[in-house]
Amino acid sequence: MTPLGDDPAHTPARPAHAPPARETRDARLVLDDVAIGRTLMRIAHELVERNADPQSLYLVAVPNGGVPLARRLAANLREIADLEVPLGILDTTLYRDDLMSRSARPRLRRTEMPSAVDERAVILVDDVASTGRTIRAAMDALMDFGRPKSVQVVALVDRGHRELPIKIDYVGKNIPTSPEDDVRLQGEGGAALPEEGPLSVVHLPDARRVRA
Amino acid sequence: MIGRDLLCIDDLTREEIGTILETAEHMREVAARDVKKVPTLRGRTIVNLFFEASTRTATSFEIAGKRLSADVVNFSTRSSSLSKAESILDTARTIDAMDPDAVVVRHNVAGVPKRIADVLEVPVINAGDGAHAHPTQALLDLFTVQKEKGRIDGLTVAIVGDIAHSRVARSNIAGFQKMGAEVRVAAPPTMIPAGVEALGVKAYPSVREALDGVDVVMMLRIQLERFAGALFPSIREYSATFGLDREKLRYARDDAIVMHPGPVNRGVELSHDLADRRPSVILDQVRNGVALRMAVLYLFSGRPPGQSALDGNSGGD
Repeated sequence: MTPLGDDPAHTPARPAHAPPARETRDARLVLDDVAIGRTLMRIAHELVERNADPQSLYLVAVPNGGVPLARRLAANLREIADLEVPLGILDTTLYRDDLMSRSARPRLRRTEMPSAVDERAVILVDDVASTGRTIRAAMDALMDFGRPKSVQVVALVDRGHRELPIKIDYVGKNIPTSPEDDVRLQGEGGAALPEEGPLSVVHLPDARRVRA
Repeated sequence: MIGRDLLCIDDLTREEIGTILETAEHMREVAARDVKKVPTLRGRTIVNLFFEASTRTATSFEIAGKRLSADVVNFSTRSSSLSKAESILDTARTIDAMDPDAVVVRHNVAGVPKRIADVLEVPVINAGDGAHAHPTQALLDLFTVQKEKGRIDGLTVAIVGDIAHSRVARSNIAGFQKMGAEVRVAAPPTMIPAGVEALGVKAYPSVREALDGVDVVMMLRIQLERFAGALFPSIREYSATFGLDREKLRYARDDAIVMHPGPVNRGVELSHDLADRRPSVILDQVRNGVALRMAVLYLFSGRPPGQSALDGNSGGD
């Protein structure tokens, strides 16, 4: 258990103001935008602290949730260390291990890798870490783009239930969940995930019931 | 779409075509990488079952399959007449018994892929059958136009050449109309199929009228060996009347693009100059063809676990 996930600065989160969207009726607010902002600033500091050569950092977002988070991390690194860190987007869909067992092929999302990963300290940025399968897929995808010096993982939320030996290096917040729950990053008040603008993390206990 | 056949454009809804084109756009990104291969279809087998010679389409499907890490097996045979229908189905059953995850079929007789699809459980992708259909060509043409123009809906497309004997024309008419474009055709009367206007297509006896204000000019290959002297008096006359050069292209919109499914008879349906340079996008069509076929193999190959053909994306972790 890493102490990083239990930063008292953002626990407990502020109570939800009765989200209007019906889909999020039973949602419990885990992190509001202020808490997310504080968490990402802390993680930016840790990135600089733990990487001897911060010039070599390369943020790679796992879409969709990782994209707005990586953007904010890049802005934070600019602010606190005057670093211009490249920002990539890496879709993991074509590397998933469950494609053949699903009844439909998932939609692909965009991949944009603006510069080479060779000799870079690649920071994979994901919104919610759980089984570790997405991170495994992201690492395989990354290796097709070159040979990074190191790969580290940022997750805004770690909800547990790991199925692979994957370690999350920078955890925003650990939250206990049951496997059927859904934890998601979205806009404020139940809105869809925005490219920019306020974010929130909600915990939907028993996602099956809410989705139905 | 897993497990479904792709025999003609009418097998697809407008939304499904949209999904295929969007997927192809992402596949273009894979093709632009240094390592042009993803593990998606690792351990899957795709059989190219070609009863009619076709280097280009077979190569395109082969590269598409290999970029997705599938094992691609090319099976070419020269059985070409319908009287051998039984042996065709025997061949197909033999291939099927080897448990492929998709079979890509080309035959010079219309309807053979359908017959094969009827006896096989595995998805059958039509790679061209007689004068009937060539759905992946139409899809790659739609994809190319979408990339060039940013849309398909509301555009005007002129198809020029042997409409009556062209599966490319037939599939493109269906595809562009389904996506909201207006389609015109221009050809000598002997090359315009009876009843083409019932498809909602306006037929023109001259290139000038057909090209007036169009966004896309699609030229078809003239089958010199088959039709010279039978459907039009001479190649020179055909070229002068229905061949495209910069002079005739002036009737189209200033930003019109020129397409051709290849291989081009240079100096016959297309001037040398236009065959090689903008606004013709012939090599882009080829490039887009690989990405589009990757998309089709990704979306269609395999046997469905249940019967559900609904597409979606549940997030994973």
